[in-house]
Amino acid sequence: MNLTPKERAAIPLQEMPCQPPEMRIKNMEEVAFGYSEKQALKEADRCLQCKTAPCIEGCPVNINIPAFIHAITEHNYAKSISIIKQSSLLPAVCGRVCPQEEQCQAPCTLGKILKDKANAVSIGRLERFVADKELPSSNTLNIQPQTGKKIAIIGSGPAGITVAADLCREGHAVTIFEAFHKPGGVMTYGIPEFRLPKKIVEKEINSLKSIGVKIATDFIIGRTRKLMDLIKKDGFDAIFIGTGAGLPKFLNIEGENCIGVFSANEYLTRVNLMKAYQTDQQETPIYFGRKVAVLGGGNVAMDAARTALRIGAEEVHLIYRRTEKEMPARIEEVVHAKEEGIQFHLLQNIQKIISDEAGCVKEIECVRYELGKPDASGRPRPVLIKGSEFNLEINTVIIAIGNGSNPLIKQTTPELNVNANGNIITDENCKTSIPGVWAGGDIVSGAATVILAMGQGRIAAKSINEYLT
Amino acid sequence: MRNLIIEKQQLSEQVYKIKINAPLIAEERLPGQFIILQVSEDSERIPLTIADADQSKGSITLIFQTVGKTTTLLSKMNVGDKIAHLAGPLGKPTHIEKFGHVICVGGGIGIAPLYPIAQGMKNAGNKLTVIIGARNKDLILLENELRQIADELIICTDDGSYGKKALVTEPLKQLCEINPKPDLVVAIGPAVMMKFCAETTRPFKVPTLVSLNTIMIDGTGMCGGCRVTVGKETKFVCVDGPEFDGHLVDFDNMIKRLNSYKQFEKNALHQCKLKNL
Repeated sequence: MNLTPKERAAIPLQEMPCQPPEMRIKNMEEVAFGYSEKQALKEADRCLQCKTAPCIEGCPVNINIPAFIHAITEHNYAKSISIIKQSSLLPAVCGRVCPQEEQCQAPCTLGKILKDKANAVSIGRLERFVADKELPSSNTLNIQPQTGKKIAIIGSGPAGITVAADLCREGHAVTIFEAFHKPGGVMTYGIPEFRLPKKIVEKEINSLKSIGVKIATDFIIGRTRKLMDLIKKDGFDAIFIGTGAGLPKFLNIEGENCIGVFSANEYLTRVNLMKAYQTDQQETPIYFGRKVAVLGGGNVAMDAARTALRIGAEEVHLIYRRTEKEMPARIEEVVHAKEEGIQFHLLQNIQKIISDEAGCVKEIECVRYELGKPDASGRPRPVLIKGSEFNLEINTVIIAIGNGSNPLIKQTTPELNVNANGNIITDENCKTSIPGVWAGGDIVSGAATVILAMGQGRIAAKSINEYLT
Repeated sequence: MRNLIIEKQQLSEQVYKIKINAPLIAEERLPGQFIILQVSEDSERIPLTIADADQSKGSITLIFQTVGKTTTLLSKMNVGDKIAHLAGPLGKPTHIEKFGHVICVGGGIGIAPLYPIAQGMKNAGNKLTVIIGARNKDLILLENELRQIADELIICTDDGSYGKKALVTEPLKQLCEINPKPDLVVAIGPAVMMKFCAETTRPFKVPTLVSLNTIMIDGTGMCGGCRVTVGKETKFVCVDGPEFDGHLVDFDNMIKRLNSYKQFEKNALHQCKLKNL
């Protein structure tokens, strides 16, 4: 069917069907169901197939977005997914967790014509649709003949997975070392089931294994094996470090080490990786608080707040010191959190945590802010309002203000250059100060997103392959 | 095969010693380090200090007391059983050098992790005094092993069933009063014992190392559940420790944090016993 651009622009944006809020807060299942075929076809028809295709530039791995959407309109889903897979290995993941409104959808021509970014083509939802349609047997990756080169990849998160797949395709023997007992990195321990079902992550990991990538779990590089011993003793030809950020930041305020104060990492790991929400299993416990405060405004803060609600909290307060406009979280997560009844406290901050005699949190002291002049990040600086202190009755505090760099590898690898924050210093090809060692993802850039880590993985894999051949 | 239990011995009613096949950990491990294990696929992750290792056999030794669900399940495993997950060695190793006169103080199950440190201190040429204490004679561990390496071994029990009827802090104080005073004290045991060892040595200004065993999940710095207050700063036991200056550790806060899941653990253990797992 040939539609004019005007007709395309007139098709209403297809809303994502979701579990109703009152139902979903009582379970851990995925919130968004994904488009029906009918919806996907309608949404795909909204794409103007414009010549400039600014969406491709907006994507950190430059997926040929108009082409995969066009394939949907032809009902050729196999073709559509193969177009995406040329650039991104994890479409089922990225379709769900990428901040599309800041990336591919931000410059969308349709959004501009309709004078509203929120009306751009729903690229992420379409990506998820074709990824979920993909049959398990459709893995048609071309693998080059064996080169005899061995590559060690440290960390099985998005960066490591990307490098592993790219280098395996080139015929190199790839081993991923994972510190935890399950692979997947942040996709396994961090992002909750209701936003990214673990069976999707497992499927991606299994497809890696099926092309010959080896995964060694319970293996902590820097401790079980020193980084350079992988080259000196184990005969690896190259190493990629993709360990993630992995050292939660705290506020350094009074009472922060009381019982009932957690990093979001700990809270989410207990629930996601250790399955603490299955209370009948009685394995790893989760601390239960009726009234929960979460500090932060990113995706991790939203995940922690919504998780607390699902394991039975009566009130969840999200405290953020700027306004909603500055929140780094995906818009969809903010909308979902509000629908679910998370109470937003904007322009506020925790100043002190007060405990009872047993050392358990009973109250928090907060302060209010107003917006001042822009700071180094370009966002208006929050300025403290004097005398604005007030208290909230709270039993659990979750700190979600980001991660510093994990010290395990640098503690035992003095020759690896890191910056003042402990992040590994690399050149534009992800090369570190040690020949034969590359790094990418959050351990280089600080805490960022799945897709940015994958983008760096791509660059590193290309550079490693050039080095080896 | 990796993670297989190759030897098992019951040392007292609640204390067990197991040897596990773990060649990589045995090769890298140094005194003071620990492992994290899971008895079965989805069970909780707990830290245990490595008591000894044999590089030639590729094995590590763990000594543990049955205090909760996981240690109870572990005590029921036998030679030939496989531990689902084992990761390590974790934590910074003990700084071992020739200090002069080193006093190693161990309480209860803490005697197990103390042993490799005492051994290291002796091998580095230190004069070694070892003080070990427990509730009763049955709970005194590794007496023969320690007697072989210590220049002096002092045994205390709470009930007087063996050695002196005293707390470990009593002989520790007496040793601090002798001139020249000791150069270093290493204390490992229950948090309250370490607290009072640190209080005992504080007036004498004898440097005192303590090895903390807090609640942990990953053991790699990722979760922060193990955090303690050391000299007003927050430190992670897993990557900054497990050893810290005992005079700077906020033990009262640490003891409270250790009890975070006490009720939960009680219920879990009760369930575990009911089902006779």
